[in-house]
Amino acid sequence: MSVTTAAGEEIGDPEAGREAFKECAACHEIGAGAENGIGPHLNLIFGRQAGSLEDYVYSPSLKRMGANGLVWDLRTLDAYIENPQSLVSGTRMSYPGMGDPDRRADLLAYLRKFSADPANIPEAAPTALPTKPDLDPEILAIEGDPAYGAYLSSECTTCHRRDGSDEGIPSITHWPEEDFVAAMHAYKQKLRPHPVMQMIAGRLSDEEIAALAAYFANPEQ
Amino acid sequence: MSLNRRDFLGASAAAAVMMAAPRVNGQARPHVVVVGGGAGGATAARYIAKDSKGAIDVTLIEPTRTYYTCFFSNLYIGDFRTLDSLAHSYGTLASEYGINVVHDWATGVDRDAKEVALAGGGRVGYDALVLSPGIDFVEGSVPGWDITAQNKMPHSYKAGSQTELLKAQVLSMREGGVYCMVAPPNPYRCPPGPYERVSMVAHQFKQNNPTATILILDPKPKFSKQALFEEGWQKHYPGMIQRLGPDFGGGNVEVRPDSMEVVIDGSPEKVDVCNVIPAQKAGRICHEAGLTEGNWAPVVPATMQSRMDENVYILGDATSQGDMPKSGYSANSQAKAAAMAIRGALTDARTFPPRYSNTCWSLIAPEDGVKVGASYEPTEEKIAKTDGFISATGEDAAQRKATYEESLGWYSGITSDMFG
Repeated sequence: MSVTTAAGEEIGDPEAGREAFKECAACHEIGAGAENGIGPHLNLIFGRQAGSLEDYVYSPSLKRMGANGLVWDLRTLDAYIENPQSLVSGTRMSYPGMGDPDRRADLLAYLRKFSADPANIPEAAPTALPTKPDLDPEILAIEGDPAYGAYLSSECTTCHRRDGSDEGIPSITHWPEEDFVAAMHAYKQKLRPHPVMQMIAGRLSDEEIAALAAYFANPEQ
Repeated sequence: MSLNRRDFLGASAAAAVMMAAPRVNGQARPHVVVVGGGAGGATAARYIAKDSKGAIDVTLIEPTRTYYTCFFSNLYIGDFRTLDSLAHSYGTLASEYGINVVHDWATGVDRDAKEVALAGGGRVGYDALVLSPGIDFVEGSVPGWDITAQNKMPHSYKAGSQTELLKAQVLSMREGGVYCMVAPPNPYRCPPGPYERVSMVAHQFKQNNPTATILILDPKPKFSKQALFEEGWQKHYPGMIQRLGPDFGGGNVEVRPDSMEVVIDGSPEKVDVCNVIPAQKAGRICHEAGLTEGNWAPVVPATMQSRMDENVYILGDATSQGDMPKSGYSANSQAKAAAMAIRGALTDARTFPPRYSNTCWSLIAPEDGVKVGASYEPTEEKIAKTDGFISATGEDAAQRKATYEESLGWYSGITSDMFG
């Protein structure tokens, strides 16, 4: 039985992005030995606070956005490249913007290769896009399947104790199913603040949450 | 074809017998051999045995009878844990899960015959093999240091007696002495580990030897949780810690264990304790089995199968898999994906898409914990990061305390997940 197909989506095609970067290369350098020119160098751009290179003189607008908390990631860089003025009014980046989203994705995939690797710096930015839960119809049809919940629960039990012990990390066993479902959706919608749980719940489908609720309601069975 | 109730019951009973009894051709039930009983191997062995409900025989080969977790071993150096609290036995895996635990070294793999050779002379056949051997060190990566020097200059990057040794050296260091850490180049086990260790050593010095100093020689320009650690060091241990990155010679270091010197860019410096963490590579058995490219063992992202042998699954620090850091949590997460894939391959078990995640906590000072974590998905090319988070600088004390307490809960959770 085959196990699964590849799930995550690459950001774009970095080789095509290398071509797209030629539009940027008049002002920006990237790669070994890259230096600031008309624009700042773009090594380690992902995860960098906007306007934070010490040896480059930014526009006051970009400095202000950085001070306000703008950090370059997939989402913010995509918006900036699409239309610089829409994200940072008054930026000196005199570039009309790249309208084609696929081309931007390729460019971002190319730029991403010159930033920190999450294997070495775990807080580094993503290198792929999450896929929306897209399971077989057979699995999607299963409502609250405890067997599927038992499988999914293995991700929970790295931290939560299956025996219900409550030590630093709360117990999640023997909850009424509706309470479990409500809590998980609250994390998924980022209403509950815990970042680990927001991340874990964020990629669970409704069916998966139901399956987990069914399993943890009575994990001994 | 429609089945009546009697046919259905008969078919189910026959299927159950086939699952539980030896195959009619004389072969035993499918047999999985797991080499290495850490976060990857112990988890994989337990999940395969537990979830196959007797349909798969599992043998776990691990040389040590008592396993000391690398994770939290820094906390022992800082007096936040006892060494005993990091020790785990394999008794429950044997008694409750029926795993055949063999305390021996795996010395080679005959992939054609599907057999593992043991140092004690035995050979164990397998239908699927799991290798989770952790790391070994790259010889010559720190000039002047080799395994014969590890008593004078401990690495303490495999937990147990080395951790005890380093702590003893730290506690007996002369007043105002210098503790030096030679940090490893990427990639290596536990990216924030060396810097959490520095925090724990600094905590010891603050209590017992406040004029001592710490010198980090680092070949990397930046490191994990850097902003959080540097903020914490400034707050809790001002003036105690100096780090030389590659721009200041941190990447050009030689050590002289006999004279307790480190040579930085050609300049010798006398130190009192020297913690050398060399460059790393996959545990030796992966190289012996011919499953490595360079220093690491490449794997198929969705299943953790070796890229070179579909009957071998490789887990944890030894692998080259993509974006997941080398951590106990990662190994535990990968082990569950592999266990499911193996059950799918060897029995008719249902399989589901793998779910990879990692969270890593570090302690900077008493009740000042920070964390970083991410979720991952397999692509054809690698296990790729898709989301993540990190503690913020400037968090209040209550949040940091809660993060530390959460890490204690995680330790309890993951060790029960590994050892039952």
